[in-house]
Amino acid sequence: MPSLEIRDLFVALSATPDKPIVKGLTLTIRTGEVHAIMGPNGTGKSTLSKAIAGHPDYVITSGDVLLDGKSILAMEPDQRARAGIFLAFQYPSEIPGVTIANFVRAAVQARLAEGEDLDATAYYKRLYSKMDLLKIDRKFTSRAVNEGFSGGEKKRCEILQMAMLEPTFALMDETDSGLDIDALRIVAEGVEAMRGDKFGVMLITHYQRLLDYIVPDFVHVMYDGRIVKSGDKSLALELEAKGYDWIKQELATA
Amino acid sequence: MKPPSDLLAPPDALLESEADTSVAMENPTVGIDQTAGDFTYDVKYAYDAGSGLSEDTIRYISDVKKEASWILDFRLKAYQTFLSKPMPTHWATKDLENIDFNKIRYYLSQGTKPKRTWDEVPDDIKKTFERLGIPEQERKFLAGVEAQFDSEAAYSNVKDIVAKQGVIFCNSTEALREHPELFRKWFGKVIPTGDNKFSALNSAVFSGGSFIYVPKGVKVAMPLQAYFRINAENFGQFERTLIIADEGAEVTYMEGCTAPKFSTSTLHSAVVELVALKGAKIQYITVQNWANNVFNLVTKRAIAMEDAEVKWIDCNIGSRLTMKYPGVILKGKRARGEVISIALANDGQHQVTGAKMVHAADDTTSVIVAKSISVGQGRSTYRGVVHIPKHLKGCKNNTECDALLINSNSRTDTYPAIVVRGDTHAVQHEASVSKISEDMIFYMQQRGLTEAQAMSLAVNGFVNDLVRQFPMEYSVELKRLIDLEMEGSVG
Repeated sequence: MPSLEIRDLFVALSATPDKPIVKGLTLTIRTGEVHAIMGPNGTGKSTLSKAIAGHPDYVITSGDVLLDGKSILAMEPDQRARAGIFLAFQYPSEIPGVTIANFVRAAVQARLAEGEDLDATAYYKRLYSKMDLLKIDRKFTSRAVNEGFSGGEKKRCEILQMAMLEPTFALMDETDSGLDIDALRIVAEGVEAMRGDKFGVMLITHYQRLLDYIVPDFVHVMYDGRIVKSGDKSLALELEAKGYDWIKQELATA
Repeated sequence: MKPPSDLLAPPDALLESEADTSVAMENPTVGIDQTAGDFTYDVKYAYDAGSGLSEDTIRYISDVKKEASWILDFRLKAYQTFLSKPMPTHWATKDLENIDFNKIRYYLSQGTKPKRTWDEVPDDIKKTFERLGIPEQERKFLAGVEAQFDSEAAYSNVKDIVAKQGVIFCNSTEALREHPELFRKWFGKVIPTGDNKFSALNSAVFSGGSFIYVPKGVKVAMPLQAYFRINAENFGQFERTLIIADEGAEVTYMEGCTAPKFSTSTLHSAVVELVALKGAKIQYITVQNWANNVFNLVTKRAIAMEDAEVKWIDCNIGSRLTMKYPGVILKGKRARGEVISIALANDGQHQVTGAKMVHAADDTTSVIVAKSISVGQGRSTYRGVVHIPKHLKGCKNNTECDALLINSNSRTDTYPAIVVRGDTHAVQHEASVSKISEDMIFYMQQRGLTEAQAMSLAVNGFVNDLVRQFPMEYSVELKRLIDLEMEGSVG
């Protein structure tokens, strides 16, 4: 079974490699599983997901990340993406002048073997069926990627890309931030539709709200660069009720 | 019909000293894949004016072409003008000083009569154009083609359906021989010999280029195309193009150009004059992909009479140094001029592009949209002139300059000179500089695109709104060229 294994990982900003943000995090995600990572702001959640995806601002100072038992740390970000890792961005970039249809098409094309051409008719058919599923207007695809999008539109655009690229593992970075309840439901439905034994999720969220719609198999609490507590979905409810101070106090007394 | 040429010299605002920046241009490093045009076949030339420029060179050219005496006089006079004019390095780049006029070969040809079928074109020249895909394009979507190889057209043909409408499409040598009245009436009238040093040089040694006449009311449905090929080392190409659209006529002309990458520099210095008579429409499209050692110093200007429209679409991808500002003299009421300019400057390249819009009648409109991309140590410069004098009413200009910088050592400059007098005009100028951010590239890489693919897509997005205005075949070509350039720019 495919797995994404994070082993005793230390991550720092490339500019300040001696100041780790993620400090010895270990976690294994298998396909078929949804892992929620919760924790207060500034605890390293976003850093973790960007480092796994290979963002150049971050450096992994020790530890390893393995996809199906093989380290991905020497791979370029695009190689990691093509190997099956998808990052749903908290703040997706705008790409002026490049339509969603053309961008996704280029991404799909990049996954084909050299010399193999994309079947345009089949591509659009698939794109439109995914859009229908996510309740996205057809006109959306002729807009430039994320340019002038509302928060909800940006997140829907991320989910649409994820649906089209069918990754093995999705790292979802605060996908719920800035979403109203309707948008949240649509995003959650998009993830739920992909859920199955070929797809694993690391769901980073600050609030328990999203977990009402995407029910996790595991919940981990991240604090000061490490996972300090793990449990099932009930842990999220407990956090909601008691707040993160509860964890801090528990750690202080331990 | 003397155009206000004094207005067309760069005004003081353009006289920026560039002394401090010329150093980077002295040793251009070229690491770009320009495989499409980078090949050369050994060709035997029947006529060769040798290296260097003198009155004898000019007499030789005129003699080979069996020209009328007025043309030789015109050339010799122009040569004196060329000698008397200083290199414009007081405002333009000092890289111009690296042109050695004594080393250039000013005329090379296998003869002055172009063939009418590809079968008649000598094999060594034909295979060049076949490799560049010209005969294939002609079959697919062109009304006529002229293929110039060094100094003369090797092939020139216009489809019967267009010829029957009375459209003339030939090269300047033929036009001077067969249509002297039409040619002489406008030749050198839109761009006088003394407009600048290089228009004078062209006037002295010009050879080849297109002559087009579209009769009254004739609308040429498919584009006419010229392809300019430099094959010989140390060669200077000086084509002379004159396009006349008579009243109510419409024509689209496209030109492409390539040269192999020699170790020594090459000079391309064309003069292009367009005449749009009352109600006529001319669209002129250029995709310039010279090798990165070509000095590309071209003067292009149109005159637009009452209700006429002229649109220049000018794409500059190649060359070592390009200086080109297509212009429109808006001579008749309600005339409209437009320049769409795309420039891409890679390592060792300096693209100096822009536009000149001279309003000379009421209710005239001009539009300039210029987008430049600077990659690596590439440098792009926009120079634009908009002139609206006091006695006119209701003129409009809209200028938009957008620059994209790919790397932190890329450079862009904008020198707009807008002189507007009078109070019934509407003028708008917008400029922006943007950079492709690391985050944008990472975002695209995270979707599986390589860094080069990501760059390429971002650059294509930047010029997308302009490229959409191109005929399809050219937009595909431009996209391919951008992809090639960006591939060499990363890693």
